[in-house]
Amino acid sequence: MTPRIRFENVWMTYGDQVVLERLNLTVAPGEFCTIVGASGCGKTTLLRLLLGEETPSRGRILLDGEPLPAEPGPDRGIVFQRYSVFPHLSVLGNVLLGLELRAAPVTGRLFGGARRNARDEAVAMLEAVGLGQSLGKYPTQLSGGMQQRLALAQSLVMHPRILLLDEPFGALDPGIRRDMHELVLRLWRENNLTVFMVTHDIREGFYLGTRLLVFDKLRYDPDAPQAYGAGITYDLPIGQADPGTLAEVLAGGKR
Amino acid sequence: MKRLINQRPGPVSTAALALLPFVVLALVYLLASDARLAENPNDKLLPSFTTLAESFVRLTSVPSQRTGEILLWQDTGASLRRLAQGVGISAAIGLILGVALGAIPLIRSGFAPFVAVLSLIPPMAVLPVLFIVFGLGEVSKVVLIIVGITPFIVRDLQQRVQELPRELIIKAQTLGANSWQIVLRVILPQVVPRLIDAVRLSLGTAWLFLISAEAIAATEGLGYRIFLVRRYLAMDVILPYVVWITILAYLTDFLLKQISRRAFPWYHNGEPGR
Repeated sequence: MTPRIRFENVWMTYGDQVVLERLNLTVAPGEFCTIVGASGCGKTTLLRLLLGEETPSRGRILLDGEPLPAEPGPDRGIVFQRYSVFPHLSVLGNVLLGLELRAAPVTGRLFGGARRNARDEAVAMLEAVGLGQSLGKYPTQLSGGMQQRLALAQSLVMHPRILLLDEPFGALDPGIRRDMHELVLRLWRENNLTVFMVTHDIREGFYLGTRLLVFDKLRYDPDAPQAYGAGITYDLPIGQADPGTLAEVLAGGKR
Repeated sequence: MKRLINQRPGPVSTAALALLPFVVLALVYLLASDARLAENPNDKLLPSFTTLAESFVRLTSVPSQRTGEILLWQDTGASLRRLAQGVGISAAIGLILGVALGAIPLIRSGFAPFVAVLSLIPPMAVLPVLFIVFGLGEVSKVVLIIVGITPFIVRDLQQRVQELPRELIIKAQTLGANSWQIVLRVILPQVVPRLIDAVRLSLGTAWLFLISAEAIAATEGLGYRIFLVRRYLAMDVILPYVVWITILAYLTDFLLKQISRRAFPWYHNGEPGR
């Protein structure tokens, strides 16, 4: 089977600062990768590479065997920590937007029967994330958790090949976070998604998903901290990891 | 006793405090006017409130002997027409150029420095050029307003477009939007309320240029009338006109604010007091 995503010896450098080095990674369709690591260890850079916002300085990235497009596109959905939904559109309008953009390249809007069909699809998606009662509200009228539910629905209605999550629950309360974890796991199973999720919370990384990737510096020069980039220091199939490994990763992740 | 920065007036004292400066101003005027009129009943500099009211009634009800029209309404119509044309065209140019400059890096690199230089030209310095090119009619006055406020609106809107969170633009791309769709469905609807803000801010400047142009060459208009009767020291006409212009400016601003609130509720959701 062709891997969904394949990094082949990817390097990312800004000037003489090396952010990522010698990154090799193969991810099969349907995997749920959580990515943890200290600040400045290239987690977000990895996501930007997957989005196509950045191109690797060296090496290449393949999506289903083809080179990854060098700009964001509908095959890769994203949910950011903030600013993931459009403030000027209602809840329904936010989810409808992707469907309208796909079908109407010039006007960006649908009318009549086509709009009714798209509306039904959007409403079904919103009901799946628990926002069926809030169709007419604007995002500013929603709580933080509901905004992230909306952002998930907005991305998933496009059936992306990869879903990227950039610390999506970082700003939420613990209780709401737990609800969101259940929601994400359910959506992942139901839609057979391939997920990359960056998180600061290593326990969240262990709890969610099938695979935990820990980013850290592979080599370290105290006199020139920029000289070496980060790579994957742990690549753990979760579920098989014992508590001792969690403790080890926690200890290693503190540096 | 709370700190001064924590003391907030209640609804009644808010209204009273807001009225206070107006009352003080009126009182000071009344005293000064009385003092001058007591010395010289024919004083024209600070006419009494009675004279001002009489003159306002005359201006708004008695037709002019020369044209048969009521001067204040005729002047108001002429001025507001010029203002609406000038501001409307400026807003349209501002929206198109501002969005183009803000959204498309290739256009920004090519034209942003040019717009920055153009905006430094003092509009009043090119007024003679406008009179020469467009004649002394309506066009030159409208163009002066356009020259005066368009650069500000363009640059303000460009700034607003660039301030839109990067995440939203990325998100739109992951929903499959092309450049045109991003402008149409993501950028334009979000900057139109900001355009209204920019227009509200530039209205004061627009009035300045309108009155300047009317003062120099016109046959009707609020600015024309003020500068015409200045020769006769007719403060009883000038002062009501100034108050009237102020009221018009306030109403325009209020109207724009209400339109923005009605049309873009999402933009005003986070405002204090709502």
